Amino acid sequence: MTGTLAAVGAGLAVIGAGLGIGRIGGSAMDAIARQPEAYSKIQLAMIISAALIEGAALFAIVVAMIG
Amino acid sequence: MGADPVGEEEKSAGSDGKFDASSYILDHVADSHEWHILTKKDGSAVAVYLPVIIYDKASGLHIFSSRKIAEDHSYEGFTVAHEGTNAGKIVHVNSEGHPDETNLPLDFSITKAVFGMIVAAVILLWLMLSLARSYKKTGISAPKGIQGFLEPVILFIRDDIAMPNIGEKKYARYMPYLLTVFFFILINNLLGLIPIFPFGANVTGNVNVTFVLALCTFLITQLTANKYHWKHVFKAPGVPFWLLPIMIPVEIIGLFSKPFALMIRLFANMVAGHIIILSLIALIFIFQTILVAPVSVFFVLFMDCIELLVAFLQAYVFTLLSSLFIGMATAEEEHH
Repeated sequence: MTGTLAAVGAGLAVIGAGLGIGRIGGSAMDAIARQPEAYSKIQLAMIISAALIEGAALFAIVVAMIG
Repeated sequence: MGADPVGEEEKSAGSDGKFDASSYILDHVADSHEWHILTKKDGSAVAVYLPVIIYDKASGLHIFSSRKIAEDHSYEGFTVAHEGTNAGKIVHVNSEGHPDETNLPLDFSITKAVFGMIVAAVILLWLMLSLARSYKKTGISAPKGIQGFLEPVILFIRDDIAMPNIGEKKYARYMPYLLTVFFFILINNLLGLIPIFPFGANVTGNVNVTFVLALCTFLITQLTANKYHWKHVFKAPGVPFWLLPIMIPVEIIGLFSKPFALMIRLFANMVAGHIIILSLIALIFIFQTILVAPVSVFFVLFMDCIELLVAFLQAYVFTLLSSLFIGMATAEEEHH
């Protein structure tokens, strides 16, 4: 049972990560559409934000792995 | 069981003879005393047996090849425990031959991760020393050879990571550390993706390694912080005195939570990547058919491309956040 619960917890964490990174991607697309010449700066900021949010989701995965 | 050239099935067969995917995966991402390359059909293993270096308070220093304690043998009174809280560690063997789990010896062995770090350190030294030598020969001119490859990266770290976060006056002092940590993490991440010996050790996916890296950042941040940093921690400006008993513990936790996040982020990203690739390969053994292999290998190639991106990204994010923390700790106070 604890194994299944851990898997469910990891899945919930991934929902949060997916939502967050999806929003970042969407905002990045909007920003690039408004101002195509700022593409590289926006892409850089998007990748950094995605990495940080993924770090938060991976906290939960690590806790699920330990449990 | 059909013909199995790698022999992993015999190694990870569960009690009912089925392939035990989780122990297969966890054995491959965990650290170990020998570097297992393959298992022959008759069950014997082809592996590189790394040296075991243990220091026992009673009997002193022991150095021997890990072949002596492979496969449940015991040597000089030591063996590898398999169950319980000390599973995988080297423990004493008492006179009946059972593992005695009190007083574990201090383990300084060259394990797989240590060997991987040494390989990465050798590559890093060779790269940087030949870079320095080529600059000495050509002087100030258009970059050629290895300079053209590394100079943009180093300038990127200086101009986009160190200078904006630490400031023009102080960034030069921290550049050696930031460059070292960036290239060390990057090279270890990349070498972990190559499946051939001597590469392919899961170094940055080992929480002990990332703990030490985060500890280095923590020590550098705190030991070179100026007094404004400590003032912010212990007496944040604008906070009424009756809130201080709450604010001070919160600030101190914040001091530790930032390097802790660094450690977990790098560790979890790298180990997750390795686990995904191992799971896709394990699919072949779970389904017990060669027809899954093309699908598996295709997905593994795709995941490897993503892992390349993650390797660079994690090195960049670690360095960026380290420079951010250093910048915050050494920031000059602006007087309003």
